Amino acid sequence: MVKVLNPGIYSSIQDFGRFGFQQFGVPLSGVMDKNAASFANAIIANAKDLPVLEITMMGPKLQFDCNTLICISGADMSPKLNSIPFSINKVISVKKGDILSFGRLVNGFRSYLAVSGGFKTDYIMQSYSMYYGITKKTKIEKGDILEIESNKKSLESHHASIKVNNDYFNLKEIEVFKGPEFDKLSEAQKKILFNQDFTISKDNNRMAYQLNEELENDIEPIITSLVLPGTLQLTPSGKIILLMRDCQTTGGYPRVLQLSEDSINAIAQKFTGNKVCFKLIS
Amino acid sequence: MSYNLTYKSFGERSILIEWPQIIDKDILYDVLAFKETIQNSNIKALPEVNNAYNSLLVVYSLLEFNFENKVKTLKEVYKNLKKIHKPTFNLWKIPVCYDSCFGIDIEALANSKNISVENLVILHTETYYTVYFIGFLPGFLYLAGLNEVLHTPRKATPRLKIEKGAVAIGGAQTGVYPCKSPGGWNIIGNSPINFFNIENEVPCFATSGDQIQFYAISKHEHANIKTLVEAGVYQIESEVMHG
Repeated sequence: MVKVLNPGIYSSIQDFGRFGFQQFGVPLSGVMDKNAASFANAIIANAKDLPVLEITMMGPKLQFDCNTLICISGADMSPKLNSIPFSINKVISVKKGDILSFGRLVNGFRSYLAVSGGFKTDYIMQSYSMYYGITKKTKIEKGDILEIESNKKSLESHHASIKVNNDYFNLKEIEVFKGPEFDKLSEAQKKILFNQDFTISKDNNRMAYQLNEELENDIEPIITSLVLPGTLQLTPSGKIILLMRDCQTTGGYPRVLQLSEDSINAIAQKFTGNKVCFKLIS
Repeated sequence: MSYNLTYKSFGERSILIEWPQIIDKDILYDVLAFKETIQNSNIKALPEVNNAYNSLLVVYSLLEFNFENKVKTLKEVYKNLKKIHKPTFNLWKIPVCYDSCFGIDIEALANSKNISVENLVILHTETYYTVYFIGFLPGFLYLAGLNEVLHTPRKATPRLKIEKGAVAIGGAQTGVYPCKSPGGWNIIGNSPINFFNIENEVPCFATSGDQIQFYAISKHEHANIKTLVEAGVYQIESEVMHG
């Protein structure tokens, strides 16, 4: 097991999400950056969708109660084992009693901690992903005990040679598809959407990212319909809202664009003040 | 009747099917008939089919997604759809305590309509509401049928915390908050029933197409039912109805 000495700002257990329960209004949830979480798992020979700890902006302090293998991928938050710095995207052997802590955020915004066999927290509706009202916890808190398996495998057997590419952290260009209400945009509005830079606002979390710039419009609200993670909504006041993994299942704002899966992963590594621009793909 | 549907690609692996842009029970029954047929068909590897008022979202696995092929299959399924002329559904009877200790906005709302609180309760309880779909929060039922007299704008400033079970009115809609949540609707009462229960294999008792009727209970009855609900022994009263 792993004891939470300090939870960091917002860390939660996530897998690839809760499929099949959207008809009951349950969000999909799951890791914000599937790419990085898959790397962390693959490097220690886990299935890529095993539950990991998703760490936002500032890392927690954790103590291990058993021997295991870990890997950290995604954002580099200067991880340390017993105060000794180590590299991300590498297999790290952890002994009983070791303390994992983090330092300065070097790049990205979300880091993923994978442990051998995955975390074994609340499993509700076929997923470990923490979400308010579904799992007991929404995020980890001081004093929490996170169950893991003690690992007997040796280091040699693992995929230390997996090549990790984090170039997408700095990618400004975000690929999008047309959303269901795309055709309601005027040519002038499309021109602004595809030629201007947009800035991630301070309102960004697992549910949605709002952008600072507004897009004036008189598009009628739609009759409440279905939305997905990655749906870009336009409000009557011109606010642009990018839905993320914990988004509601339905919404009433026009859905003008839809991010690709890779674009959602890229946005998950961006934070307040970062610039993005949209590129239409088909 | 058959509707003129549009099929749109939505993201990398979903198709959004849309009916005419109106809220209408016949459209809902058509949406549900199509949904059920897709769910029961042998169109393989469909992880998810979900509906709203007048739309259906079909999510495919990424590997086998090909928009043109899938639309062709879906159109074929719709063409051969067996129309449900007399749908069968459940009518659920939902206890609500309209006492002002729960219904913190009920007096102001009645005053604004120039009706008594008693009349407001009658108007709210005499209707059979249709469940169109579940969204917004896990277990939040989108209900249609609210009496026009009771249509009330949402509050200018949403409350940060609305209690679980709060029965509320927002615009032309009425609904029950299935869990604590921020919200801008006007609160007129509270239901002790669980609208979402992770302990159950099917977490919501109601489903698209069902009907809901509220009935008034006292504070004392509210407390009694709540105890039974918490003990897991309360049975919601229901009837099978034919449309």
